[in-house]
Amino acid sequence: MNRTLRVMGSRLLLLCLALCLLFSGCSRTDTPAQSSGKTTINVYNWGQYISDGTDGYLDVNKAFTEETGIEVNYITYDSNETMYTKLKTGGSSYDVIVPSDYMVARLISEDMLLPLNYDNIPNAQYIMPAYRGMAHDPKDTYSVPYTWGCTGIIYNTKYVDEADVGSWDLLWNEKYSGKILMFDNPRDAFGVAEFCLGYDVNTSNEQELRACADLLKQQKPLIQAYVMDQIYQSMEHEEAWIGVYYAGDFIQMQWENEDLAFCFPEEGFNLFVDALCIPKSCQNKDAAEAYINFLCRPDICGQNMDYLGYSVPIEGATEYMDPEMVANPVAYPDDATLARGQAFLNLPAETSQKMDSLWLEVKTGGSGSHVLIYGIIGVVLVIVILALVLISRKKKLKKRRAMYQDK
Amino acid sequence: MKRQLLSGPYLIWMGLFTVIPLVIVLYYAFTDSLTGSFTLKNIASLGTYLPIFLRSVWLSLLSALICLVVGYPVAWTIAQAKPSHQRFFYLLVMLPMCISFLLRTLAWVSLLEDTGIINRLLGSVGIGPLKLMRNNGAVILGMVYNYLPYMIMPLYTVIMKIDPRLIEAAQDLGCDSAQVFRKVTLPLSLPGIVSGLTMVFVPAVSTFYISQKLGGTGSTLIGDVIESQFKAAYNPNLGAALSLALMVLVLICVAVMNRFTGDDESVATL
Repeated sequence: MNRTLRVMGSRLLLLCLALCLLFSGCSRTDTPAQSSGKTTINVYNWGQYISDGTDGYLDVNKAFTEETGIEVNYITYDSNETMYTKLKTGGSSYDVIVPSDYMVARLISEDMLLPLNYDNIPNAQYIMPAYRGMAHDPKDTYSVPYTWGCTGIIYNTKYVDEADVGSWDLLWNEKYSGKILMFDNPRDAFGVAEFCLGYDVNTSNEQELRACADLLKQQKPLIQAYVMDQIYQSMEHEEAWIGVYYAGDFIQMQWENEDLAFCFPEEGFNLFVDALCIPKSCQNKDAAEAYINFLCRPDICGQNMDYLGYSVPIEGATEYMDPEMVANPVAYPDDATLARGQAFLNLPAETSQKMDSLWLEVKTGGSGSHVLIYGIIGVVLVIVILALVLISRKKKLKKRRAMYQDK
Repeated sequence: MKRQLLSGPYLIWMGLFTVIPLVIVLYYAFTDSLTGSFTLKNIASLGTYLPIFLRSVWLSLLSALICLVVGYPVAWTIAQAKPSHQRFFYLLVMLPMCISFLLRTLAWVSLLEDTGIINRLLGSVGIGPLKLMRNNGAVILGMVYNYLPYMIMPLYTVIMKIDPRLIEAAQDLGCDSAQVFRKVTLPLSLPGIVSGLTMVFVPAVSTFYISQKLGGTGSTLIGDVIESQFKAAYNPNLGAALSLALMVLVLICVAVMNRFTGDDESVATL
């Protein structure tokens, strides 16, 4: 018995080895053909922002490669600002990027995008009229909409009292101190404060921005963490109870934790469009346009958004989606709710910088007493170090004197 | 002359990847982010970040001292063990460093968070969730955990080299064990202490990942600010000025620490 097992084992091992050899042989013969014939495009997109084949949904990038033979090198970022910095510092070339509306406008104003050739994007005909010629790109020269959606408050019904929900105030509610998550990017965070204070979300008024920063500073002690995509983990595992994020991501989170709910705050909320663009560093524009065209195809867009939970800007795409998703009031709110939504526009460079520095102030500034404590600690440290240095010097002098006396 | 030539490759390497980048940092620190003209604005604004600098120095100094207190007995024990055991113990100290620093810090997060492993265990015996992380203590814990091997390594090397005859001589001349330690072992291991403190302090003071993961919203360190300037805010000029200030600060600290070893002993610092 034992012997037969051993023989079988060794045979299995041999079989495995043979299979390994076979497959490695195959791949070796395949590679030269691939590298000579195939083009690759670099797609730089938000994290968790494409259907990637999980849970039996369509793998968009794989489907694109199968259809066109163009390989996709897919890279992700966590905020518009990170993406902008990466583009600005250069050193890496991307073929397709997916900035939000205000960032599209900023990239256009700084001449960082290439105009699209619509002959290569015939599927652009399916774009809904409402998403054509929007304020960030009035002639649709540089961008094609990918998704749209809203920001809002995500909360866990198990811990959060329904009576507290409804307004942005929830993020300032001391009852939930230490369980609140906040946006980790200046534009979205200031947007929340601007809605709270009733300011225009595109204000350039310095006093108003300063008031927003003060409001955000008040909120800071209650915040568990400033996060972007880490919000998935924290909300799903109930480490945090309240968070502010994008509606589509909420739908994905709700699949993992059914106690989560979404609220469109009464003061208003950001209504955004994320668009497909081609940056100046593009190496292969035709392939990039083929990719954009592919994403605009109603069946692909439908299956993609079915997984993403974000809302569809493409006509006919909903036919390919789960009817339950199409009826989801978070992804497709009614007109009365949508009327409260406001779009972010591009801010002048000085305002952006002002906002950045105020944001840094919010994130780094402590309360006044802390500054004093650290100041005292610092002074004490310096005195102690100086004293130690002096003592060690004196000791050395004594030693030397003792040595001379011995001699 | 020929021997000097041998250091050529390293000198070229250093010139390309240390000196030139430093010059670039200097250039950015003294230029304006919008116009690109010469300015002292970035340097002048450093004052606002003084509390963060102090917090970084304070937390990393504390962790360096804790590392010393924890690491010294360990290094001493390893140095006293049989040579064959020594290698094994040394390996044990080094073992955590085989796993990525980021992963090790993330592991602490899942241990310490409100719904983490420790709090769930405590919860099962009826002790409510404790606030174990998102405070300065957790940041110090992360620093000590991650940089402890840097303290043990130089200490072990120095203690191992102490001539046992010196200790025997001290004992023969009537020192009790406390006196032997205070008068012989400690002074002789001073170079190891200083280089250990430096090797813990320098990476700890510039860290950003540990404070982001384990610290709260109030434990931002200078490394976090620098990272944010380069990663998201696109203000490399302020980032460069902060890095420059941090570098000066680290150099001052290292110089002060080196004072304690005296002039006749050679010190193996970074």
